[in-house]
Amino acid sequence: MCETPKMLPHVDPLPFDPPYPAGDSRFAPGQTVRVLKGSAPGHVRTPWYLRGRTGVSERVCGAFANPEELAYNRDGLPERVLYRVRFSMDEIWGNGGTDTIDAEIFEHWLEAI
Amino acid sequence: MPHDHHDHLSPSGHPYRPDNDHPLTHWQTMEIAVREILIEKGITDAGIINAQVEAMDRRTPADGAKVVARAWTDPEFKARLLADGSAACEEMGFPVDAMKLVVVENTPDLHNVVVCTLCSCYPRNILGLPPEWYKTRAYRSRTVKEPRKVLSEFGLELPDSTQIRVHDSTADMRYLVLPARPDATDNWDEDKLASIVNRDSMIGTAVPTV
Repeated sequence: MCETPKMLPHVDPLPFDPPYPAGDSRFAPGQTVRVLKGSAPGHVRTPWYLRGRTGVSERVCGAFANPEELAYNRDGLPERVLYRVRFSMDEIWGNGGTDTIDAEIFEHWLEAI
Repeated sequence: MPHDHHDHLSPSGHPYRPDNDHPLTHWQTMEIAVREILIEKGITDAGIINAQVEAMDRRTPADGAKVVARAWTDPEFKARLLADGSAACEEMGFPVDAMKLVVVENTPDLHNVVVCTLCSCYPRNILGLPPEWYKTRAYRSRTVKEPRKVLSEFGLELPDSTQIRVHDSTADMRYLVLPARPDATDNWDEDKLASIVNRDSMIGTAVPTV
């Protein structure tokens, strides 16, 4: 079964709608998500230190061409939904405190838990 | 004359700067090759490339400081800036091209700081070129792990009651920190306010002081 994260960070709803269209998105702001482990070829924008970590979706940023393809002169389509996901540093590093990290993670690197 | 007997000094008394004539690195060679191919194929030309370099060099943190000062004095602009940073900068006459700017606001309880652990993503369209330290492995790796220590090395000591929110600029978004307006600036106009907003306060490694 999944490991239970030490502490999930708090996410307040945004007082506005983010400006870029996203189409259908799988994860709502405030939803707990986990970054997939493992590696993939291409220009991957998912940092290693966040793989396998659990956080909370902070916002849907929009849908953008997939950089893993785009860097190789492919069209990067279909566009992928991009999220900002908030992680607690304590969950990642085990160093205590309440400081957090927000990072942009594409939908195909996230799973619901 | 104190400089007369030193061969490594120029007649003006300054040390000679070594000539920049070392062999090209792999990536310098690649850059030249790609640039020449793009010009040969008619995709771009040297004038366009030079104009772009000049446009980038003209951008400075003063642009960002004007945006911050406006947000401090105009609550409606601030709301628009937080909702859509790129559109609000465009509105002020700062072309942001394809940049998707997320503006994050400091409060007494929350301090934001920006890093790009993967490379050196930076809101160049509004702050100009990033400082050298922003691109170092030390800043990139330590800011997500021990931000309080990193900030203290910049001279910024935050109380434990202030939460730090690090923004790792990993993909399409770029980040600008909206610092808190210092006390004792009540009667200041936008120009005077902009003068205390330095580059580091918009990255989050400093705060504006009076």
